[in-house]
Amino acid sequence: MASAEGQQHPLKIYWIMWGALFVLSGFSYATDFMPDGALRTALILTFMMLKAGGIVWIFMHMGWERLSLKLAILAPPVAILVLIWLMSYEGHYVENNRIDNYGESTFEPEAPHH
Amino acid sequence: MSEAVMGSEAAIEPTGKRGVEHDFSRDKQVFPVPWGKAMMWIFLLSDTFIFSCFLVSYMKVRISTTDPWPNPSEVFGLTLFGVSVPLLLIAIMTFVLITSSGTMALAVNYGYRKDRKKTFWLMVATALLGATFVSMQAFEWTKLIMEGVRPWENPFGAAQFGSSFFMITGFHGMHVSAGVIYLLVVANRVRNGFYERRGGKYEIVEIAGLYWHFVDLVWVFIFAFFYLW
Repeated sequence: MASAEGQQHPLKIYWIMWGALFVLSGFSYATDFMPDGALRTALILTFMMLKAGGIVWIFMHMGWERLSLKLAILAPPVAILVLIWLMSYEGHYVENNRIDNYGESTFEPEAPHH
Repeated sequence: MSEAVMGSEAAIEPTGKRGVEHDFSRDKQVFPVPWGKAMMWIFLLSDTFIFSCFLVSYMKVRISTTDPWPNPSEVFGLTLFGVSVPLLLIAIMTFVLITSSGTMALAVNYGYRKDRKKTFWLMVATALLGATFVSMQAFEWTKLIMEGVRPWENPFGAAQFGSSFFMITGFHGMHVSAGVIYLLVVANRVRNGFYERRGGKYEIVEIAGLYWHFVDLVWVFIFAFFYLW
């Protein structure tokens, strides 16, 4: 479909995507009113991925590109998952070391005021 | 290669897995898109890694600090008519950026239809929404700085909160500001017929659009990981 004339698609698909992004952002914001927990985290990640996917696939036209471009651009970021795993592993190690050697935090936070 | 051979080759261009093999081994350009678009995608890929490094380092300092992490929904809350609404300004900023992504997508579409007037005004609207976003961010920064948030300390919890906040949102805000200038330059050239004199191609609008949608995309991740988490 990516002809010499470039990416031309019916306007309707953009309106639908636009509306979907508004609704999904509303849902994202609504998770802030939920109690913390696995469900809230899962919903934050789900809405985030749906929004990101919609932007890349429809607005950035990646869905209509050839597989070679899709792979060249979308496959490398998967490596970031390894960095996330490594850094969270090390982060917990550092936190435990700090507690073992310096004790628990004695920081007394102020309540935010506006 | 003669026109006839090229034509017949295009007609049998394979897709899917065979297409990848074909594209990477055909002894000419791999991606059948304008070079500017391929380069913008590659730039955005590198930018993805930069923002990922920021967000991953934010994750790491947040995990490793023993001090309590400030609650973003309180820190970024606003009091409206005596009611405290969590993350209000951030939510409005999110909707402003999404709206600008929508106007940009329409601008790209009208660009390919060679409707210069609509393309120009939609790009100007996108740039204005982007400028609104940056202004609200400036307000947010001012408010936090006046409350005592610094890159090295803050009264609400772990010091790393301030450094992550200013680094991540600052770098994103810089991208938005650069995008506003980029969009205005391209919009002006659409208006004054610059691209008409160069063969009437409007793929530059799509390339500028890719950058703009990417800025919106990064905000989706910042909103989820920094403000909501």
